[in-house]
Amino acid sequence: MIPELGLLALIAAFWTALAQGVLPLLGVRRQRPEWIALARPACALQTLFTVIAFACLTWAFIADDFSVAYVTRHSHDALPLIYKIGAVWGGHEGSLLLWVLELAGWSLALAVVSARHSPRRIALPAALAARVLGVLGLLSAGFTAFILLTSNPFLRLLPAAESGRDLNPLLQDPGLVFHPPMLYMGYVGFAVAYAFAMAVLMDEDSRSPSLQQAWADWARPWTLAAWLFLTLGIGLGAWWAYNELGWGGWWFWDPVENASFMPWLAGTALLHSLAATNKRGQFPRWSLFLAIVCFSLSLLGTFLVRSGILSSVHAFATDPKRGIFILGFLATVIGSSTLLFLARAPRNEEDAKPVALLSREAMLLLNNLLLLAACASVLLGTLYPLALDVLGIGKISVGPPYFNAVFVPLILPICLLMGPGFLARWGHNEAARLLRQLTLPLGLCLPAALLLPLAWSSWHLGASLGLFAALWIAATHLQQIILRLSQGQRPGRPWWGMQLAHLGLALCVAGITVVKTYETEDDIKLVPGQFVQVGGLPLHFLGVSAVDGPNYQAQRGDFLLGEQRRIQPEKRQYPSSAMPMTEAAIDSTPLRDIYVSLGEAVGDDGAWTLRVYYKPLIGWLWAGALCMALGALLAASGGRRKP
Amino acid sequence: MTPRRKRLALVLGGLALAGAIAALVLNAFNDNLVFFHSPTQVLAGQAPKDRLFRLGGLVETGSVQRQADGVTVRFVVTDTARSLPVVYKGILPDLFREGKGVVAQGKLDADGVFRAQEVLAKHDENYMPPEAAKAVADAHAAAPTTTQPSETTAKPAKAGAPRS
Repeated sequence: MIPELGLLALIAAFWTALAQGVLPLLGVRRQRPEWIALARPACALQTLFTVIAFACLTWAFIADDFSVAYVTRHSHDALPLIYKIGAVWGGHEGSLLLWVLELAGWSLALAVVSARHSPRRIALPAALAARVLGVLGLLSAGFTAFILLTSNPFLRLLPAAESGRDLNPLLQDPGLVFHPPMLYMGYVGFAVAYAFAMAVLMDEDSRSPSLQQAWADWARPWTLAAWLFLTLGIGLGAWWAYNELGWGGWWFWDPVENASFMPWLAGTALLHSLAATNKRGQFPRWSLFLAIVCFSLSLLGTFLVRSGILSSVHAFATDPKRGIFILGFLATVIGSSTLLFLARAPRNEEDAKPVALLSREAMLLLNNLLLLAACASVLLGTLYPLALDVLGIGKISVGPPYFNAVFVPLILPICLLMGPGFLARWGHNEAARLLRQLTLPLGLCLPAALLLPLAWSSWHLGASLGLFAALWIAATHLQQIILRLSQGQRPGRPWWGMQLAHLGLALCVAGITVVKTYETEDDIKLVPGQFVQVGGLPLHFLGVSAVDGPNYQAQRGDFLLGEQRRIQPEKRQYPSSAMPMTEAAIDSTPLRDIYVSLGEAVGDDGAWTLRVYYKPLIGWLWAGALCMALGALLAASGGRRKP
Repeated sequence: MTPRRKRLALVLGGLALAGAIAALVLNAFNDNLVFFHSPTQVLAGQAPKDRLFRLGGLVETGSVQRQADGVTVRFVVTDTARSLPVVYKGILPDLFREGKGVVAQGKLDADGVFRAQEVLAKHDENYMPPEAAKAVADAHAAAPTTTQPSETTAKPAKAGAPRS
C-alpha cells in the first residue's frame, strides 16, 4: 500500500507543479491577480506531495519492502539503518526523487521568504515573485515527469524478492550518505538564481538599470546558499574518495567530478559578477548570462551522471530513454532561456559603462573571464572524449595531466588577482595606493614562499609558486582585516564572509600545492615484524587477523606507527554482493596524513602487499573547503543595504 | 589616452588574453590525449611509440605471475584474438581477476612488453570497463574463429626478500 501511496503523491506533485508553473506565469501576463495568488499555495502543496512521496520510498527501505524493485536493487536486510536511509538515493530513481524534493524545498523557502518584507532588502514585487515560483514550478514538473515516465522508484517486483542485492559497498560510508544530498542542494539551488534571471527577463522593464541592480540583490543570498552546498558537496565527495576508495586520491578529474566542478566554477563567477551588478549596476547582461550558464551546467551534470553515458561508480543508469529525456529537457531549458536572453536582456550599449582599469570591477571581470575559461577547459576535457565515443570515431581519454596542465596556469592568476582586487575600490583607478598597500605583503610573502618549501624534502619551483599564491591571498586579506579594525570600522557579515571564503581558498591552494609536490607512495611487501619508514616515522607491520563486521567479513591489518599509534586498515568481503573492498586506515595530524591500505596476502609466511602514503597538508584541503562554505553562510546571512 | 584608444587597448588586451588561454588549452589537450588500443591493434603496430596509451581486454586465465619483490606483477591481456604481456609494479585493484576485463595505461617497451603505470580500478564485479568490452567485441567482429586463451597454470611466485 505504502509504495502505491507514494506513487499517487508523486503524480499529484506533478500536477500541482504544473499548476504552480503555468497559472502564475499566465496570471502575470493577463493581469489576473487570483492566478498570481495561486503561486504560493500551489508551491506549498507541491512540496507536501513530494515530501509524502519521498517519505513513502524511505519507509519502503526502512521496512525492507523487497516487493519494490528499486529497494531490492539497492538494499539488503542486514544493512545498518543509516545506510538503508542513504540507499534511498543510492540509485538512479531515488536520487532523482531527492533532486525533486530539494527543488521543492528551495521553492518553498523562496515562497516563504519572498512573502516577508525585510527592511534591509529591496522589496520583491508580487508579480516577479510569482514568475520566479512559476519558473521553479515548471522545472519541478519537468523533473517529476521524468521520474514518472522513465524512472519510477515505486515499481513492484512480482514475486517479491527474499532480500536485496545490497548497496554497493563503496557507497556504505557516512560521507556518501551526505554527499549526494549536499551536491544536489547545490545543483538545484542554482535553479533559484536561474528562475530569478528568467523572471527578470520576462518582466516588461527587463532593461531597466534599477531592476538589474535589484535582481542581483535578491538572487545573491540564494546563489550564495547554493554555492555553499555545492562547495560542501564537492568537499565531501573528495573526502569520501580519499577515505573510501583506498587509493589515496581525492580528485581524479573523473567526468562525474567535473560535472559538479563546472557549475561550481560558473557559480563562483556568478557570485562575483552579482556583487558588481548589485553595488555598481555593472555587467547586468553578464550576470544574467552567468545565471543561465550556471544552471545549464547543473543540468548538464545531472545529464552526465544520470543518463548512463558514463560508466563509472556514480552512474548506474543504463537506459537510453532516460538520456534522451534529459537531453531534451536540457535542450528545452537552454534553448528557451537563450532565446529569452537574446530578446530581452539589456542591450550592449546600455551595458557598456566605462570601467577603470585598476578598479575593483575590472579585476572582478578579469576573475570572471579566467573562471569561465577554466570552466570551458574542463568542459572540453569532459565532453570531447564522450563526443568521439558517441560518434564512433574512437576511444580516447583525457586524464589528469591535461587538466593539471590547463588548470594551474588559469587558477594562479586568479589567486594573484585576489590581492589587488580586494584592495581596489569600486570605480576608481588608484595605482599609487594599490602599490603602497601591496608592498608590505609582497615583501613578506616573497621570501617566505621561497624558503617555505625547504620545510619538506627539497626545494621545488612549483611548490614556491603555489605557496606564494596562498600566502599572498592570506597576507593581503589579513592586512585589510587589521587595517579596518584599527580604524575602528565594523564591517558587516558579508565582508567577513568574503574574508573567510578567500582565506579558505588560500588554505586549499597551500594544501593542494604541498600534497601534490611532496606526497610519497610506496607499494611494498611486508612480513609481520618488518617495518617501513614513512614520513620520518617507522611503520611496523604486526600482522593480519580475521574480524566480522555487521554485514561483511574482514581481514584486519595491525600496524604500529612510531611508538604508540595503532593503524588498522581492512580488506572487507561483502558476501551479499561478492565484492571485495579496501578500507584504508589513516593517521592524521594537522601537518600530514599517514595512509595505509592492504593489498593482498602473498606467500605463506603471512606477508602482505601494502600501499603506504605520506600526504603532507592534506587536511588543509578539508579545512579550506569548510572555511569557504562557512564564509558563504556568513555572507548569505547578512543583509546588504541598497547602495 | 582618449576613451576610444583606451577601449581599443582593452579589446586588444582581451583578445590577446583569450588567444593565450586558447593556445594553452589546445596545446595541453593535444599533448595529453590518451588513445585506446586493443592487443590486436598494438601487435599490428598501430600503437604509438614513446607515448602513453591505454590497453584494454581480458586478463588471460593463468597468466598472472607475481615477481620476487612481491609487488611486481606480470600478466597477459588478450582480446581473445591476440595477447600482449604486461608488467605492472604496484598493488592491483580489488576487482582485478583472471578472466575479467582490465584497462591498463602505460607505454610499450622495445621488447614488446607493455609497461603499465596504472591499472584502472573498476567499481563493480559485474561491470566491464567500456574499453575492455570494446577490445573483445572488435576482435570478435574481425575474426569469428577466435583462438582460446592458453591454459597454462602459473602459481604466484614465492615471496622473496622484502624491502624494509
